[in-house]
Formats: sequence, C-alpha cells, structure tokens
Amino acid sequence: MSTITEAPGSHAGVDPVHPPTSTGLTNEKVAMWAFLGSECLLFGALISTYLLFKGQSLPGTIRPKDVFDIPYTSVSSFVLLMSSLTMVLALAAIQRGDHRLTRIWLLTTALLGASFVAGQCYEFTVFVREGMNLRVNLFSSSFFVLTGFHGAHVTIGVLMLLSLHNLSMRGKLPSSKAETVELVGLYWHFVDVVWIVIFTLIYLIP
Amino acid sequence: MAIVTPQRPEALAPEQTPSAPSRFLRRPTNTGVYGLWGWMTTVDHKKIGIMYSVTAFLFFLVGGMEALLLRIQLGSPDNTFLRADTYNQVFTMHGTTMIFLVIMPLSAGLANYLLPIMIGARDVAFPRINALGYWVFLAGGLFMYSSFFLGGAPNGGWFGYVPLTRNLPGHNIDFWVFGLQILGIASLTGAINLIVTVINMRAPGMSLMRMPIFVWMSLVAQFLLLFAIPVITVALFLLGFDRLFATNFFNVAAGSDPLLWQHLFWMFGHPEVYILILPAMGIVSEILPVFSRKPLFGYQVMVFSGIAIGFMGWGVWAHHMFATGLGPVAVSAFSASTMFIAVPTGVKIFNWISTMWKGKLSFPTPMLFAIGFVTMFTIGGLSGVTHGVVPADTQQTDTYYIVAHFHYVLFGGSMFGLFGGIYYWYPKFAGRLLDERLGKIHFWLMLLGFNLTFGPFHILGLQGMPRRIYTYPSGRGWDVWNLVSTIGSFVIALSILTFIINVIKNRKPQDVGDDPWDARTLEWTIPSPPPEYNFKEIPLVTSRDELWHRKYTEDENGRSVRRVVEAPASASTDIEPAADGEHSDEHGDEHAGDHAEEHEPHIHMPSPSYWPLLTALAMPVICYGMIYKTWAVAILGGLMEFGCLFAWALEPATAPEDLPQHEEHEAVPVS
Repeated sequence: MSTITEAPGSHAGVDPVHPPTSTGLTNEKVAMWAFLGSECLLFGALISTYLLFKGQSLPGTIRPKDVFDIPYTSVSSFVLLMSSLTMVLALAAIQRGDHRLTRIWLLTTALLGASFVAGQCYEFTVFVREGMNLRVNLFSSSFFVLTGFHGAHVTIGVLMLLSLHNLSMRGKLPSSKAETVELVGLYWHFVDVVWIVIFTLIYLIP
Repeated sequence: MAIVTPQRPEALAPEQTPSAPSRFLRRPTNTGVYGLWGWMTTVDHKKIGIMYSVTAFLFFLVGGMEALLLRIQLGSPDNTFLRADTYNQVFTMHGTTMIFLVIMPLSAGLANYLLPIMIGARDVAFPRINALGYWVFLAGGLFMYSSFFLGGAPNGGWFGYVPLTRNLPGHNIDFWVFGLQILGIASLTGAINLIVTVINMRAPGMSLMRMPIFVWMSLVAQFLLLFAIPVITVALFLLGFDRLFATNFFNVAAGSDPLLWQHLFWMFGHPEVYILILPAMGIVSEILPVFSRKPLFGYQVMVFSGIAIGFMGWGVWAHHMFATGLGPVAVSAFSASTMFIAVPTGVKIFNWISTMWKGKLSFPTPMLFAIGFVTMFTIGGLSGVTHGVVPADTQQTDTYYIVAHFHYVLFGGSMFGLFGGIYYWYPKFAGRLLDERLGKIHFWLMLLGFNLTFGPFHILGLQGMPRRIYTYPSGRGWDVWNLVSTIGSFVIALSILTFIINVIKNRKPQDVGDDPWDARTLEWTIPSPPPEYNFKEIPLVTSRDELWHRKYTEDENGRSVRRVVEAPASASTDIEPAADGEHSDEHGDEHAGDHAEEHEPHIHMPSPSYWPLLTALAMPVICYGMIYKTWAVAILGGLMEFGCLFAWALEPATAPEDLPQHEEHEAVPVS
C-alpha cells in the first residue's frame, strides 16, 4: 500500500478531477469496500440477535418449523443467486463497450432482485395470515427485522440498478464509467452473500 | 482491478453535460459564494473542520452547564435544586452530549482540518460526503436537543439500559434512539471519507510509516468507528422497534434476555472509548516532540501500539458487565484482556516520557496541556486497570469510582489533549496565536478544577456512593467531598471562561508566519491560515518529520544544525554539501519555485453544493415522523431524502463552470 507508483512532480498531465491515488484503486472503490466492511458488522449483529433468541420464544407460540416453506424460499434464493450472475455479465458487457447488452443484463438483474423482494413480500403476507406478526414472540420479531433489513438492502440495490439502466438509456453511462457498475455489483454480491448466510443459518439449520 | 476500456465517443461523460440549471436550487460555484451561504454550501475540508470544532465547542458549553446543574444538585445532601426527573434528563444529556456531540466531533473537526494537510493532499476524498457528515451531526444534535421543548429530554442514561429504556413512557427515549441513529450516520460517512483519504490521497513519498502520528491515531479511530457504529445502529434499531412497534427484543415477559442490549451497547461502547482517546493521544504525540525538540521516541512502537489498542479494544467490552453474572470463564477472559490492553497504553506513556527525556523542553500552553494529558490520563489508566480486577470491580460497579475513572480518561485525557491541539494549531487555523498568559491561566485553573472535581469521586466511590442518584442523605461521609467537587466544577467553568476570553480578545491579525512553533510536519509548510487549495504544489515527502528535515540537518556529532535555505539563490552555503546534498538541493528548488510564483495559481477544487445540507435536513424530518407516528411526515422525509440523494448522485463533483478552461473546450459536445 505504501508504494508510490506515480512519478513525483509529474502533475502537469494529470486529470484534475481524478488525480492518481496512493493505492492505485479509485477512492470510490476503497470507500465501497470500507462500507461493506461496516455492513458486515450490521448484519453480524442482526444475525447474532436472531441466533441468541432462537428457541427462547415462550412455549406454545409459533415456531420456525410451523411457518417456513423451504422449497419456496429455496426457489427465491436461487433467483437472487442468479442475479449475481447477470450482474457479472452486465459488468463484462460494459467493459467490452457493449451498451445494449449492459442494459439488458442490468435490467435482468434488477428484475431478478425485484422478484426476490416480491417473493419476500408474499412470504411475509403468508406468515402474517398464519398468525405470525412482528409482535407474536421473540422469533417473529427477530425474524422479520433481520430478513426485512436484508430485503431493504435488496430494494436499494434494485433502485441503484434501475438508475444505472436509466443513465445508460440516456447515454450517460459510457465505458469509462464501468467502475460505477462494478461498485453497484460489489454491493449486490455482498447482499447476495448475506442472503446465503441468512438462508443457511435461519432456514436450513433447524 | 477493472479493465477500463478507453472512453468511446458515443457516450458523453455526465460531468461535462451542463445539467439543466433550473432557477430553483441553482448550483453555487467556487467563485462568487461568500458569507453565510458560502459556509452552508462549502465542501472545503478546512471550513468543515472549523464548523465541526466550533459547533462541538458550543455543545461543550451546553454539556458543561448541565454538569454544573448536576454538581449544584449534588453539592449538599438532600438538595432540592433539581427534581429527580429533571436530574435524570440532565445527566443523560450531559453524558450523551459530551461523548457524541463534543469529543467525537471535536476530534473529527481537527482530523478534518489537519489530516489532508498532514498527508500533503488538497482535500479529502469525498468533499461533499464530508460536508454531509457535518450537517448530519448538527441535525442530529439539534434533533436530540429539541426534545427539551417537546415534552422532556432523554432520561435513561447515556448507556440506555433496557428494559428500563424500553418501558419508560413519553418520547424522551425516542429522541435519544433516533438522535443517535442520525449521529451514527454522520460518524460512519466521516469515517469512510477519512479512511479513504488517508489510504489513497497521500502525497508522493508519504508512505504509511512516514505519516504524522496524529494521522495514524485518527486513522485507527476511524476504523474503529467504521466497525463500531453498525453495532450500536442495530442495538438502537432493536430498541426503536420495541418502542414504536412493540416488538419483543427486550421484552422480558416474552422470554427476552436484556443482557443482549448490554453486549451490543458495549461492543460499540468500548471501541468508542478508544475512538475518543486515540485522536487525543495522536495530538499529544505531535506536541511533545515539537516542544522537546526531539523526534517522537519509538515512532514505530507508537504506531503499532495504537493499532494494537484498536484491535484489542474489541475484546474487552464485557468488563462493563462483570456484575451481571456472565460466569467465571467469560469473566476471567475479559479480566485478562482488560489488563492486557493496558500494555500498549503503558508503552505509549513511557514513549511520551522518553520523548521528553533529555529534550530541550519549553513550556508554552500546548505543551502544558500535553503534559497534563499524560499525567491525568495515567491516573485514569491506573484506575482503569483496577476495573480489570474482578473482585475489586464488583465492589466498584455503579459507584462514583467508575465516574472518577472515566472522567480522568475522557476529560483529563481527551479534553486536555484536544485543548492542547487547539492551542497548538490555532495559529494555523486563525493566523494568530492565542495569548500565552491567559492560556497558562486556563491550563492551571483547568488542572486544579479538574482534580478538585473528579479526584474526590475516587474516595466517594470507595465509600460506596452510588452513581446516577439525584440526591443522598447526609451523615455518610459524602458531604464534604461532594462540596469540594462542586467547587471544583466551578473552577473548571472559570478556566473555560478564560479560554473564551482568550479567543475573543485575540482577534487582531498577527503575522505568525507559516511555522510559529518551529514544528515538524507538513501543515507548517503552508501559510496560516492555509489557502483553499492547501498546497500550491503537492509536496514531495522524503522523510518522517518532513519539515524538520527540510529545516535541520545533523552535524558529524549527531547534533541538529539549522539548514540555511531561506536564501533563494543558492540552496546551501553553510552546510557541507556532502552531508545531505540531495535533500537541500531539492528543497532549495522548491522554495525558489514557491517564491517565483506570485500570482494566485489556478488550482482545481471541488465546487460547493446544496445537497449535503438538504440531505441532512431530511433526516430529522423522517425521525419526527417516526417518533410521533405521523407516517405522512416520515414518508415525506423519506421522499425528500431519496430525491436529495438522487440529485446528489447526478450532480458532478465539480460544476462545469469551475472546470479549468482548457478542459471546457474539450468537453463541450458537438451535438
């Protein structure tokens, strides 16, 4: 990190808006990694809360195995995971300079993400119909808040993807801005990874 | 990492598109924004640093008045000056203010101002996010204080233990929960910004191990913030959900374990302690070498002990909870780690002493505060080690002994260090020195008042006086020491008054020069106060203590000898060229260049922006809506927030009008 790559004193030809950085990475990328590091602790604390309260709900109240529909959630998890693939394809497309494909893959990623969120809304509705709302017991509170936080993150990601798509439509997302897509991609993959953890710890492990 | 292909002509970078300038909220540009409006839209890290510091100092006065109210109430037994409920509000707000609205933003202000200059940069990595951090901090602070006019201030203590805070009626605690969430956003954005700045924007030659120690300690503190803030965010979300939507996180009747709050809170809270002290340690490590005329003793050890404190700070949180019945294994482990973290701290103390050892000491006000820091912090550190001893801690828990300890580290430590930093860098900020006589009066009064106020707390605590009580009966041996403490608190107030007089009296411009203290680091190479772009030319760094090496060299006996560089014609005449030829040549050239360029250079700086301010203003709107469950207001605030962020994202960092001329020619699209 401490190596200085640029020749000293050669500032004449340097882009004034984006001068070279000490690490060679752009500021935006370092910032995104720092932010994701912070997010790890956010989800870490939420997941810990869920696990701590697991099995502590009062007897006779609703339990995870009463409501969880593993096949259904598996499908929506698969949808979310596939969106990571299309995200990678979108980045590859814009790096090649193929703006039509970039838009297609961005939109596909956003649609897959939106399908996941819609699936989560449906799941929540079913749970509530089955008598599990926020305040029933410890399980319901910690389940809804944890997965709800994740859903909010996916929603924000979808909004960012749609914004990118919109920018690209208006010709404002040239290949020189491919890193913007990469940064949104980093966020998107992070949110996916978090879901893998949540799905395994909360749904799959009894 | 990404392979970025060259820009294709088909698309036009948004920076260069003149975004339809509506009359509503027309973007301010670098030229032509002055006065209040200029401050409100500024993205200059120095102005933001000053705003942070001044705001934090005003909150310091408020928090200090709250402290005086508390001390008046406790000055005599069975006092009726404050009612119990008022007392709870005042002591909660005193703690919350001093930690979140004083020490953190004061450290943030100094870091904001100094970090970019110390690493040889012209600005921070994200100037607008920097401005956002300040406005969010201000919005959060005012939001929390608005509770005094809206039915009562937070009254559950700065630690907000559940289930008490879950069940307290009224909106008092809600203001605390949502206010801290807002402040958390300010800290998080600030942390990311400063981390990226230090990692990515160092001048050529400024390797990590050449960075001034204040930069290092601030960097560690920002990393702690980065990882600690989300933990309290979660804790506050859980509590907020409990209060707003009656969830069960801290509902003991539903089988919840309220210890979760303490774990989450202190997982944040203990790193927070180091967030508060590390910048002050950095400041002191800058001041001591300058006034000892010696380099910092053991620079590497200082850096690594700071990092070690940062890491180990995550493994000691449960020492706040020894009395909660964690079980012998956990208690032993946390007891050991608590004592162990005293090792890197002790290393620092010995390094400070060694820095002064055999130095040519002088004692202007900044140096006095730095020595005050070392001594007072050592006392606080020693009482801290006694908390690591579990049997003793069990006795001390919830007594005034604890209050004594954390005031010795936070006031005797952080505040002494920060005041030292203010006196030390004031000439750089303001272009004039503070009065030495008043400064010394300030120091000695503060030292006396501080020890009178908080020294007796040790005795009171060991005599069993519990903390957080609003009054006490007489006849327990507490009366005298409480009176002494109350008198001491007014001596502190007097010392702060001296400081204010000092600042107000010294408004005449002086010519302090670039380097009034004969200091060692890059901020003293530029004018006082610095121009907006900091450096005309980005400096080339060749050593740690860069400025010192530009000014001094060593003779054959290893003694420091002043270089003669002021003569612009020949670089070095008095010094033997063989001693350090290449350095002096380079610097001679640089100086010659500086003087040759008389006119204002055209240096590209980011443009001012409204969006940080507006984005920050939306946050309290959301929170008021949430607290009063008027969802329309919350949704309105959310939409406002969303719109501001969107407009922000589309706004280029530099307004087209502020781009250099030759660029504009290239940029104007043909279509």
